[in-house]
This record gives sequence, structure tokens and C-alpha cells, in this order.
Amino acid sequence: MKPEVMVQDLSYRYDDGEEKALDGVSFEVYPGEFLGVVGPNKAGKSTLCQALVGLVPHFFHGNMDGRVVAGGIDTRETTVDELSKTVGLVFQNPFTQVTGAKLTVYEEIAFGLENIGLPRDEITRRVDEMIALFGLEHVRHHNPFELSGGQMQRMAIASIMALRPRIVALDEPTSQLDPQGSAEVFQAVAALRNQGLTVIMAEQKVEKIARYADRVLLMHKGKVAACDRPEVVFSRDNLLDLGIRPPAYTSVARELDLRRPDGTLPVTLDDAVALLRNSSVNS
Amino acid sequence: MRVRVENVRFHYRLGEPVLKGVTLDFEGEATAIIGQNGAGKSTLVRLINGLLKPVSGEVRVGDWNTGDFSVARLARRVGLVFQNPNDQVFKSVVRDEVMFGPKNLGMSGDTALASSREALADVGLEGAMDANPYDLSLAERKLVSIASVVAMNTDVVIFDEPTIAQDYAGVQRIGTLIEKLKARGKLIIAITHDMDFVAEIFPRAVVLRRGEVIIDGSTREVFSRPDLLRDSFVEPPHATQLGQALGLSETVLSVDEAVKGIKGHRSRLGGLAGSDTAHDQQFFQ
Ligand SMILES: Nc1ncnc2c1ncn2[C@@H]1O[C@H](COP(=O)(O)OP(=O)(O)OP(=O)(O)O)[C@@H](O)[C@H]1O
Ligand SMILES: Nc1ncnc2c1ncn2[C@@H]1O[C@H](COP(=O)(O)OP(=O)(O)OP(=O)(O)O)[C@@H](O)[C@H]1O
Ligand SMILES: [Mg+2]
Ligand SMILES: [Mg+2]
Repeated sequence: MKPEVMVQDLSYRYDDGEEKALDGVSFEVYPGEFLGVVGPNKAGKSTLCQALVGLVPHFFHGNMDGRVVAGGIDTRETTVDELSKTVGLVFQNPFTQVTGAKLTVYEEIAFGLENIGLPRDEITRRVDEMIALFGLEHVRHHNPFELSGGQMQRMAIASIMALRPRIVALDEPTSQLDPQGSAEVFQAVAALRNQGLTVIMAEQKVEKIARYADRVLLMHKGKVAACDRPEVVFSRDNLLDLGIRPPAYTSVARELDLRRPDGTLPVTLDDAVALLRNSSVNS
Repeated sequence: MRVRVENVRFHYRLGEPVLKGVTLDFEGEATAIIGQNGAGKSTLVRLINGLLKPVSGEVRVGDWNTGDFSVARLARRVGLVFQNPNDQVFKSVVRDEVMFGPKNLGMSGDTALASSREALADVGLEGAMDANPYDLSLAERKLVSIASVVAMNTDVVIFDEPTIAQDYAGVQRIGTLIEKLKARGKLIIAITHDMDFVAEIFPRAVVLRRGEVIIDGSTREVFSRPDLLRDSFVEPPHATQLGQALGLSETVLSVDEAVKGIKGHRSRLGGLAGSDTAHDQQFFQ
């Protein structure tokens, strides 16, 4: 299968940066795949997300080496506007994503759709769909700047998902969501993969990444420290040294010396429960 | 210092009540406020620091009724770290930002500087004194906003989503800072969606749902009621969920407690039968 996203030996240094924000990063993401990106603060997660939508190198000032190809397009050889038809980015801080040009949540979500010239009834249909999907009914006529933090984050995700990009990068999209809202975002994004959506999501919520991501890219100081299935990455015993806490289920299993048949530790609740039940039968 | 919220009602727009008669008493114990997006958590703490005044009912900070005091006066008693640091941080140098509050409260230059230094060191930003907050990352800007409030040394310190954007080390650091403030006798109130953090740091939890308090109790009690929590869009900590799925008899709150609980359960019963029904009641995976 042809990869949907190809990142080849990508390095980037911001003009005012002391060190490289990205340093020789290479990986591929396949159509319909969900790649989780984890790593401590400053590991380069946001810079990577920005490189996927071309803000690096087109918007930020800095020096880029290597190549990013998203949906068959080399990000260097196109504009951010052009690329946005294929790749969407939900920003880390939803506040910075609000256009400031619109007076209601409804219009805010419609904004991007108007820009790409969709017919009015299609816009209405999509915006209504997103408002329902992300639980914004109560505030559809409210001012985007008068929302609660979580509502603003929901709106930011809805605005991007309404555009139906082929590829979406989400930069810590659930940091201000309540537990149910955050589960809903993971479920919604995972469900859209059946329609071919390719997902790259930076997150601190390791339990959620362990459950939903097909593979996990672990970043540390701009480099790729690991890129593999969640149970492989989260079974590593030097995770804390890399600034990452393992999922709670994995920590419990490690203490009890409970491993899956392939030698990895369980990373999800279901897996941990199943293993614990089995082990108690044998012990 | 004691904070009392008595039958407080509040709305931003007529006919859309946000708080529908909230009564809460805060004294001594560090309290976490949890609940769904839009439940009214940030609104509640803005009423405590006096940025907002109740439509009816009253808020008392010690013997002060917030209705009778300006935000500036109340700032002597209540410090509030905003949910979004961009709403709070406004100076162009970290040093000025962090010293602004302490100076406004009348601390001398030296005291304000010492207090600011200590607060910045507590959040791991001792090296950022001369930085421009807008050159910092979101996580660092949040830490600056925390330091600015902590430096004011108020009796009541309120954190709205302190752990946003923080990595594991950052969350640990904020936890340590809150423990230090607790030990100094500060009254701590924090809003958060991070239930592992709640279990680790806060002995009491209050659950808000659509402008009403629906649970208020010890954190262990609150997390032992999965049914009520689910209705409030909240879930217990991960370790607690594991314990509940396995049918452990006690509510466990941490990885260590889960490990002990599972070992105890095994030695008592010679196995982990668990209950399938418990496992079926899963949370928002
Ligand atoms: N606009 C910018 N200008 C200069 N340096 C930047 C800029 N954005 C990020 N950096 C630097 O690049 C490096 C990687 O930062 P990045 O924001 O990509 O990390 P991150 O993993 O997203 O961190 P966080 O968890 O805090 O969001 C850091 O050293 C950071 O200081
Ligand atoms: N300035 C404002 N003007 C009008 N309505 C507002 C304003 N601020 C908040 N609201 C509304 O009041 C309700 C409660 O908001 P609040 O910010 O208190 O929620 P919250 O519990 O802190 O949510 P979150 O977890 O998302 O931060 C929400 O429906 C919100 O849209
Ligand atoms: Mg980031
Ligand atoms: Mg809030």
C-alpha cells in the first residue's frame, strides 16, 4: 500500500531556536491509519504537526531539511492554502484557531466551508452534523469568545473536521475536554477512518492513545525514539527517562509481572482485565 | 481562610442559568471541582475571586462578602490561575508579569522579587525571568500564570485546569507545588479534567453538572460511584477503573493501591473471578 503521509529525514530549526526542533525524523502513515504522537514538552510534536500542513516551512521562519509528502503532495512545492484542501490541523491552543471574524459558533464552523465555496445547503448540513457530533447544540448561537474552554476546543475540532480533510493532524485536541467529550473525539476520529481518513494525533493522554492508535510515534528532543504498536512502545522500560508515563494499566501489569503472549505488557483496560483473569485461573 | 458559597445563582444571559443555586463550604481541605464542559466550573471560581458577582445568593471569603469588595481588594485573599493563560498574561517580560501581583498587593520590591523567584523556581522556570511570555510555549505560559498567582502568597489559591498542556514532569511539578501550598495552610481549589491528578492530590471532590452540585465528598467516595459519575460525563481514575472492572471490594485510587488490592484479592480468594457485570459498566474508553 502507498503511504498517505511520508516524512523523510525531516529536520527543522526555528530561526531563533537554539536546537533543532526536529532532527532527522522519518516515518510513514498509511491510508486510514491512526498514528499517535507522544513525547514530553518541547519534543517537537507541534512542529511536526505544523510541518504536515506546510506551516513549516511556509509560515514559520526557519531552516528545513528533508521532505514531507502528504496525500501525494510535497509540502514544499505547494502553498498552505492549497495543502489545506487535503490536510487539516487542529491547533494545540483552540484560542489561536478562532477566526475572530464570526459572531456565532455556527458561523465560525461554516467559515472554512464558505471559503472553499460549498453550496449553502451543503454548508448547513455539515455544520449541523458537526454541532451534533461535538455536543455544541446549547451554544450554536453563542459568541465564539464566550464559550467555556472545552466548548471552544470542541468548536476548533468541529471547524476542521467539517472540511472533511483526507488527512488530519490533531495537536492535543482533548486537553480541555471532559472525559466523555474526550472519548467522543477519539471515537469520532476513529470512526472516520472507515471512510479513509488518516489521523495523526499528538496527545498526553497515553491511555487513550494506547486504546485508539494503530501505532505510536514516541518523540524525544526532536528525534523519533520509537515508532511501533502501542503495546510495544508502552512496554519499554525507559519510558520515564523519555518523559512519558506508561498507561496505568501497563504499570499495574509490570508490577504483577503480567505479560501478553508476545512478551509485551497490556496497555488497555480490556487487555489488562483479560490477562488478570487468565493469570488468576493459572496461579 | 474559609470560603462559603451560599445558594448562588448566576447567568450571563437572561433565561440561560449557569449556576442554579450552588452551596459549598471550603475550609482546610484541598478540593477538586470536576464535571462536564460548560457545567459552570470556571464561572464558579470567577465568582469566588469576585470577577463575577452572584445574581442571587452570596459568596464569602473569610468575613468578606464578595459583593462588597472590588476584585483588586479581593486579590489580597484570593489568587486565581485562569484556564487560558492568554487571558491572564499581559506583560512582555516574565519578571514583570510575576512581580505585578505581589507589587500590587503592596509587597516591597525585594519581597516581591524573592517571592517571584521562588514561585518561578517551583514551576521549573527559574531561568525564564527575562523571557517574553509570548515566546514561551503554551505549557510554559501556563506555568508563568501559575507562578504569578502563587507569588502573591494569598490565603486562597484557585487553579483553573492547572495541568493543561503539561507533560508528565510538569504535572508532577504542579502536584508538588500544590502539596507545598497545602503544607503552608493555603486553601486550595482546583478545576481539572485529569482524574488521576485529582486522586493523587485532592482529598475532596465536588462534581458539578449543569450548574448544580451533584456529588460532594471524599475523593474515594466520589470515585466509588461510577453510575453517578457517568451521568456527569466524568470517569474515575484509570487505576480505579481497573479495580472496578476486576470487582475489587475496595475503591483503589492509584497504581500502587491497585497492585496491592489485586494481590490481596488473589491471596484471599485464590483467584480473580471479578464480575462480568462490573466489567460491562465500562467508562468512556
Ligand atoms: N514558533 C517557535 N519559534 C521558535 N522556537 C519554537 C517555536 N515553536 C516551537 N519552538 C521550539 O521548538 C522545539 C519543539 O517545540 P514543539 O512546540 O514542537 O514541541 P512540543 O512537543 O509540541 O511541546 P509541547 O508539549 O510543549 O506542546 C522547542 O524547543 C520549542 O521551544
Ligand atoms: N463570558 C461569557 N458569556 C456568555 N456565556 C458564557 C461566558 N462564559 C461562559 N459562558 C457559558 O456559561 C456556561 C458555563 O461556562 P464555564 O466556563 O463556567 O464552564 P466550565 O465548567 O468551566 O467548562 P469547561 O470544562 O469547558 O472549561 C457555558 O455554557 C458557557 O458557554
Ligand atoms: Mg505542542
Ligand atoms: Mg472552564
